[in-house]
Formats: sequence, C-alpha cells, structure tokens
Amino acid sequence: MVARPHGGRLVNKVVKDSRRERMLREVEELPRIHIDRNTAVDLENIAHGIYSPLIGFMTREDFESVLDFMRLSNDLPWTMPIVLDVSREDAESFDEGDLIAIYAGETPLATMVVEDIYAYDKKEYARKVFKTDDPRHPGVAKVYNKEDLLIGGPVELLNQLPNEYERYTLRPIETRVLFRERGWRTVVGFQTRNAPHIGHEYIQKTSLAFIDGLFINPVIGRKKPGDFRDDVILKAYETLIANYYPKKSVVLSIVRYEMKYAGPREAIHHAIMRKNFGCTHFIVGRDHAGVGNYYGPYEAQEIFNEFPDLGITPLFFREFFYCRKCNGIVHEKICPHKEDVRLRFSGTMIRRYIMEGKAPPKEVIRPEVAETILSFEKPFVE
Amino acid sequence: MSDEDRKSKYTTISIPRPLYSRIQKLIDGKGFKSVSDYVTYVLREVVAMHEMESQEEPFTKEDLEEIKKRLRALGYI
Repeated sequence: MVARPHGGRLVNKVVKDSRRERMLREVEELPRIHIDRNTAVDLENIAHGIYSPLIGFMTREDFESVLDFMRLSNDLPWTMPIVLDVSREDAESFDEGDLIAIYAGETPLATMVVEDIYAYDKKEYARKVFKTDDPRHPGVAKVYNKEDLLIGGPVELLNQLPNEYERYTLRPIETRVLFRERGWRTVVGFQTRNAPHIGHEYIQKTSLAFIDGLFINPVIGRKKPGDFRDDVILKAYETLIANYYPKKSVVLSIVRYEMKYAGPREAIHHAIMRKNFGCTHFIVGRDHAGVGNYYGPYEAQEIFNEFPDLGITPLFFREFFYCRKCNGIVHEKICPHKEDVRLRFSGTMIRRYIMEGKAPPKEVIRPEVAETILSFEKPFVE
Repeated sequence: MSDEDRKSKYTTISIPRPLYSRIQKLIDGKGFKSVSDYVTYVLREVVAMHEMESQEEPFTKEDLEEIKKRLRALGYI
C-alpha cells in the first residue's frame, strides 16, 4: 500500500466548475495582492496536496512552531516555513477575517481568508531554518528580501499557472492512483535537479533491488546559470529509462518547486512532499539540498533520526564512484582502494565535457544520455 | 528559549520514578538529551502508528475514473 498523505488526508483546494465561475466574478470586488512566481508555485503545491496537510499559508502559530520545533502546531513533522509576505502598505487594504484575491500578474490565482497578519524577525527565521544568517546563503538572501509582514490562512485555487511541462506533471492524487495501478506496494522517491549520471543510476537501481517502484521526480523551477536546462534533464531521463530501466518499474514526473538550499531541514520537506505523492521511501544522498559549506556532508541524513513519526522511510546513500581496480561502480563502504583509481561523478567535469561538445567517459555517463544532452544547442541555463 | 516561552510551549506528564530511572540508564550515550526527549520520541512513534490505522482513501470513485483517463492519455498506464 502506498504511503498515506502526511497528516492523514490529501488536501485538495482546487476550485472547480460552476463555483469557480462564480468566484472568478466575485474576485474583482476583493482586496487584492500580487505574488511572485515562486510564491505562486507554493500556492499551487498547497492546493494540489503536495504540501498536505497545509490548506493555506502558515499562520503565526504554525510558523513559530516550525521555527522552534520543526513541527506544525498540531505536532506533525514540518521543517520549512510556507509563508506569504506582504508589504505594510498592502496589508492596510484588508483585515484579519477578510477574503482577499491573490494575483499572479493579471491572473486571479486564488482567494485566501486572512486568518492572521503578523510581523517576524528575518534573522531569527534565517538562523533557525538555514542555520546561518549569512546573506550570501541564497535561501537567507531570499528571506531578507521578503516584505515585513506575513499573512496566513486557507487558500482556494482558481487558476493554474502556465505549465510548459504539463505533459510531465502528475499531482499526488494521480500518482497515488498510478502506483496502485502498477501494483506497487513500496515506492521510492528520487529528487533531482540534474541530468542523470551513472552515480544517480546506481543509487536508483540499488533502491529498486528491494523496492517495487521508482518515482523519479525532477524539480522544475528557477535555476542558476550553468545548471542543466529543465527540458535537457527530462529528455536525458527519458533516454536513460528507455535504454536501461525496466519501464514498468519507473515513473518520471516533475514537481514545480523552488529550492531553498536549507540542507537538513529541506531534506525532511522533500521527503514529506514525496510521501504526499505516495512514496513509502525517499532517497537522501550526500549533502542533500545543501549549498556551499553551510552543512555537513551527511547532516541531511542525520536529521531523520529526530522524526520517528515522519511516515516515510529514508534511504541513505554515500557517494558512488567508478573504481578502476574494482572495475565497477562502488562506494566507500565496499571499495578498499585509494583515490587515485577512483573516478568521481563530478558535475563540473561533466559540464566541461558537454561544453566542449564531447561525451564524458562512459564510466561517468551513459553514451545515449550524453548524445541526448549534446543534441541540444544550449543545454545549460545562461 | 526563555523559561516563560518554555512554559507556554511544553507541558508536564508524570511517570513512575523507577521507569524514569530505567529510561535514564537506557538512553545513556544514545544521543537523547533527556528522558523527556526519549519519551517524546517513543510517544510520537506509537501515536503515528495508531493514526495510520484509521486513515481513509484520499479520492472518490468519480475522481478515480477521471484520473485513470488522464494517465492513459499520457501513456502512464
């Protein structure tokens, strides 16, 4: 049986049919706020149950509980604040208890009942979530750029954001049906922001040795220059699956989400998202959701010890590499050889080959996958 | 966390003294900071197990048919 949603019930806050038409007319009369694309993606994720049991942006009680205890105010594990910031000026146009309209550009995206309007300490937010208040940390910088007030309350989604990858987008309610149709009793989730190399393949296949199904769930969203483009990642995975995976054991589908680089806390959040998709297990590798040297290499694995009631089982992996003496893909626990015979799957090295128009060594990346990547004129974000 | 903060965010339960002593010995060197930490950990595990037993399906029969239609159209099933 696939995992139960976090908190027991899959949230669905998408307004349908005739009620939607009525609400779209009424929304014109409401006080309105505008949100950026990343907050809009969070809103969609709430509405589609990816953030179950959240039914809206966090009120002060949940926000503070998440900062202090890494749990919602009802004690359920939850490590990342999901908040909606507004300027003091915007907040003057409504009061607690009001229904407001949330716009993305000119599109009315959702309505929200404002349960709570509250101030917060940005440094405290940064220190507790990111373990640093260094503005050079990309997640911290975003906190510092937020407006001064947060508003919390339940949302209802009226319109979807444009999605150029709709064909690859499955919502939790759909993956749950799909996993059941495939007859999978156990499903392992794999999060990625990269085109697959052999190290990824071995982690996934090692998991598949004792789990029924593999759910490859690339994160689609804003990326930094030099990262693989989203369409490249998807095509590369399609090639890998077509050539090297038993198709009945794998599902490839994206999730729209902006990385916060909160290391250990974010690893728990990623696991909760995949639990809501129906995964029973979640792969956590080295330096999961980390950036720079802010977190220890295996801190994102250690934090799982604090959550015996998470409801999804983490699978911890060390770094895989190719060993010339072992003549295969191995990791530190099973390879006794020295560094000079080990070939690491370095992103920088793969990028260098691709930028020169060459395929990386076949011990690092499958030739078919390299060919797919090289077929793109510009495989990297500029 | 200040004392006042702590009082508003935590509550006290009582357990027999001999049990407390057993737990104290048990957790020595195991990574738990206190008996309270251990008891909280164990209770969360037990409560989550019981909650799992009483949860319902997240979709209706009508939802199911619509979803299968889309999954077929996309080639997933």
